[in-house]
Amino acid sequence: MPVLKVKDLTKSFGGIVAVSNISMEVEKGQIAGVIGPNGAGKTTLFNLLTGIYKPTSGEVEYNLDRKVTTRQLKPYKTAAYGISRTFQNIRLFKEMTVLENVLIGYHNNFNYSVFSSFFRLPGFLKGERKAREEALELLKVMGLYNKKDELAKNLPYGEQRKLEIARALATKPQVLLLDEPAAGMNPQETNELTQLIRKLRKDFNLTIILIEHDMSLVMDICEKIFVFDYGKLIAKGTPLEVQNNPEVIKAYLGEEEEHATA
Amino acid sequence: MKNLEMLNIKNIIIKLILIILFYFISSFMLEQGIIPPHIESNMFFIGINIILAVSLNLINGFTGQFSLGHAGFMALGAYASAAVTSIYGKDFVFGILAAAVITAIAGLIIGIPTLRLKGDYLAIATLGFAEIIKVLLENYEKFGGAAGMSDIPFYTTWPWLYFSVIITIVLISNFIKSYQGRACIAIREDEIAAEAMGVNTTYYKVLAFVIGATFAGIAGALYANRIYYIKPGDFSFMKSIDILVMVVFGGIGSVSGAVVGTLILAVISTALQDAMEYRMLIYAFILAIIMIYRPQGILGKNGFKSIKRRVRKLFKKEEKANASIKG
Amino acid sequence: MEGFVQQLINGVSLGSIYALIALGYTMVYGIINLINFAHGDVYMVGAYVGFYLTTSMGLGFIPSLILSMVVCALLGVVIEKLAYKPIRKSSRIAALTTAIAVSLILEYGMMAWVGAETKTFRSDLLPKTSISLFDGNVILEAKNIYIIAITIILMILLQFIVYKTKVGKSMRAVSQDKEAAELMGINSDRTISFTFAIGSALAGAAGVMVGAYYNSIHPLMGMAPGLKAFIAAVIGGIGIIPGAVFGGFFLGIIETFVSFAGASTYKDAVAFLILIVILIIKPSGLLGKNVKEKV
Repeated sequence: MPVLKVKDLTKSFGGIVAVSNISMEVEKGQIAGVIGPNGAGKTTLFNLLTGIYKPTSGEVEYNLDRKVTTRQLKPYKTAAYGISRTFQNIRLFKEMTVLENVLIGYHNNFNYSVFSSFFRLPGFLKGERKAREEALELLKVMGLYNKKDELAKNLPYGEQRKLEIARALATKPQVLLLDEPAAGMNPQETNELTQLIRKLRKDFNLTIILIEHDMSLVMDICEKIFVFDYGKLIAKGTPLEVQNNPEVIKAYLGEEEEHATA
Repeated sequence: MKNLEMLNIKNIIIKLILIILFYFISSFMLEQGIIPPHIESNMFFIGINIILAVSLNLINGFTGQFSLGHAGFMALGAYASAAVTSIYGKDFVFGILAAAVITAIAGLIIGIPTLRLKGDYLAIATLGFAEIIKVLLENYEKFGGAAGMSDIPFYTTWPWLYFSVIITIVLISNFIKSYQGRACIAIREDEIAAEAMGVNTTYYKVLAFVIGATFAGIAGALYANRIYYIKPGDFSFMKSIDILVMVVFGGIGSVSGAVVGTLILAVISTALQDAMEYRMLIYAFILAIIMIYRPQGILGKNGFKSIKRRVRKLFKKEEKANASIKG
Repeated sequence: MEGFVQQLINGVSLGSIYALIALGYTMVYGIINLINFAHGDVYMVGAYVGFYLTTSMGLGFIPSLILSMVVCALLGVVIEKLAYKPIRKSSRIAALTTAIAVSLILEYGMMAWVGAETKTFRSDLLPKTSISLFDGNVILEAKNIYIIAITIILMILLQFIVYKTKVGKSMRAVSQDKEAAELMGINSDRTISFTFAIGSALAGAAGVMVGAYYNSIHPLMGMAPGLKAFIAAVIGGIGIIPGAVFGGFFLGIIETFVSFAGASTYKDAVAFLILIVILIIKPSGLLGKNVKEKV
């Protein structure tokens, strides 16, 4: 049973069709990649997968601890269902510390009452202690422990990206959506990120879907790749299959390639 | 790490001692008549304004929801307590309780529909509700209509005022440091990201709004039973602006900021109490200058913490400089 | 029936004032997404300028009206340059707070300068004649005709400026897409200033007319009409010029009938209630389109 099944998904805004007739499947434990030129509809896809947009037609279906379909997909419920994400333009809570950002990820795991908060009752103390211990462990794994009290806005760019991932992991997801995690990184950082993503998949038992422009990263770690262009899914398959697909080559390089091989 | 260690007991005991110490000193001075009457009366109104500013800051500063109708909740609380203690002759406890319950319910009724609106629309809608409350009170003859209610029993003694202020500051500070409080701050910082992390933004916006409203109601009750005579005109849009200036000036998003803002503005207000136009002009200029040059307010989004942090960094730099000289 | 017609006339007069002020709100909101809280106070300044011109300088109604419009236009431009331009990139809350500050400065500045007491306009500015209709049951005062006529003339002028001039085209372009307009070579700063100028001029005209009609003015006279005119703009659809006109007359007529029905002390509450209902049910206004936001 695939963890994620997208059936004939279409989204239009007024007259503009952002994505049309997308059908895809991702298996449990896979690392899948979504690639395509800018404006091809990749982030729109992510927004549809996380309930930020409602589909114009078609369906999104997750098979996690429970089956989750489009109808139930409200943005603030996705974390509880086991779906988490990072954002293309880094949406950290800038005026909060690194630790506090991760603690927001734990939001659904807290259960002490407002009354408990007001009076710092044992429920509050216990809940906070447990959460902080777990959050600090997570920060250690991501290499951010030393900066736990630093304000998020003061972190260097690469660490901000890592913090976003740490925060997403704090929601204890089964599916992790990464939107351009390597954007703005140099080759060395990208390499470290590649190792990190593999490690996270293993240690946290994740299914990972990532949008990326960095082809070395994508071809290296993705087991399945989906290629988008002008809102349509023009190819899917293993990295090798996709690299040799003429449609894909045409989309990225234009018509000249076709003439060259003719 | 044991649970108790989370609490930082030493800090709490020091604060407790200071609070009680200050209480006894101030009580003594008041009883002995050391404090001149107009300063005494100012102390009470500063206290009430602190509660109003800290509670508004929870909504505007911490959760980032621009409410312009805080005076409306103060009005409800004032009239609730006035009615319970004056018309129905009950004790102050019931007056305050009535104020809290009624404003909490009002906060819920007003908050749920309006908190879906964004930015300036939310501001105008809350302003609208406050004006509606004022008009309804002006037309309710049983409460004296536009002429107001008088002969409200004087129940707001110094202990009542003092400990209400302390409790407000403590409860709201505690709330901010809890997961619910962090959720509110996350909403202010980035609503979309907050939702993606599982925060039900509507719920927390309404929660902050209701808590803020309730404390405003309590402030209203303290006000009514101190000043003996209230009328709807006391709770106009101007009052909401007054509270807003205290919050904006001191620091959006820090409890200490709201308190400091209130204190400084109280000084200005007292100095200019005979020249109302100049007071408002100065308030307005302060607002404009802060918005243009320092929108995060005097103490900024992190309150005293940011000052502590800067001091710490200064010391670190000195250490490093010393180390490099020695080494 | 007669009562209905009488109230309709009063409502249309009141509506004209609201519509003129609402136009300023809607044009500014349309172009820089700001609720110009100080706009109602520009209307007040217009009234005071008119007062000064007619009383101390002895000018007639029309000359005072025109001069006041010029002064208010300048005032609007100055306010925009000093207070709103610096915070153009700030949050909406910072912008609204600044606007509130400007409003207070105008109100209390005027109070400190000329005093808080009500001042009385010359009562001979508008003709006192009236026409009697329906056997004397309906009085159509010349005052009313003046206000409605001047309003219509100003609106036609506005329509001409917005749709038939180059500046008007710039205004429409910048409202739709500021960056695209700038790329086309339009100076958005100047266009924004011009928008403020026109809106403020209209508010100033409303101020002089109200002074001449009702005879009394005071520094806080702009608060209630300002808020109501904003409500009118939202009712019609904020950012849409015909919406402001529609909303203005709509609110003026409703308010007059509420007073007529004996509930005049509730009229402000009614206006706010309508605002809240519209914001919750159809925030784009009665004349607005439902545009869903793209995330």
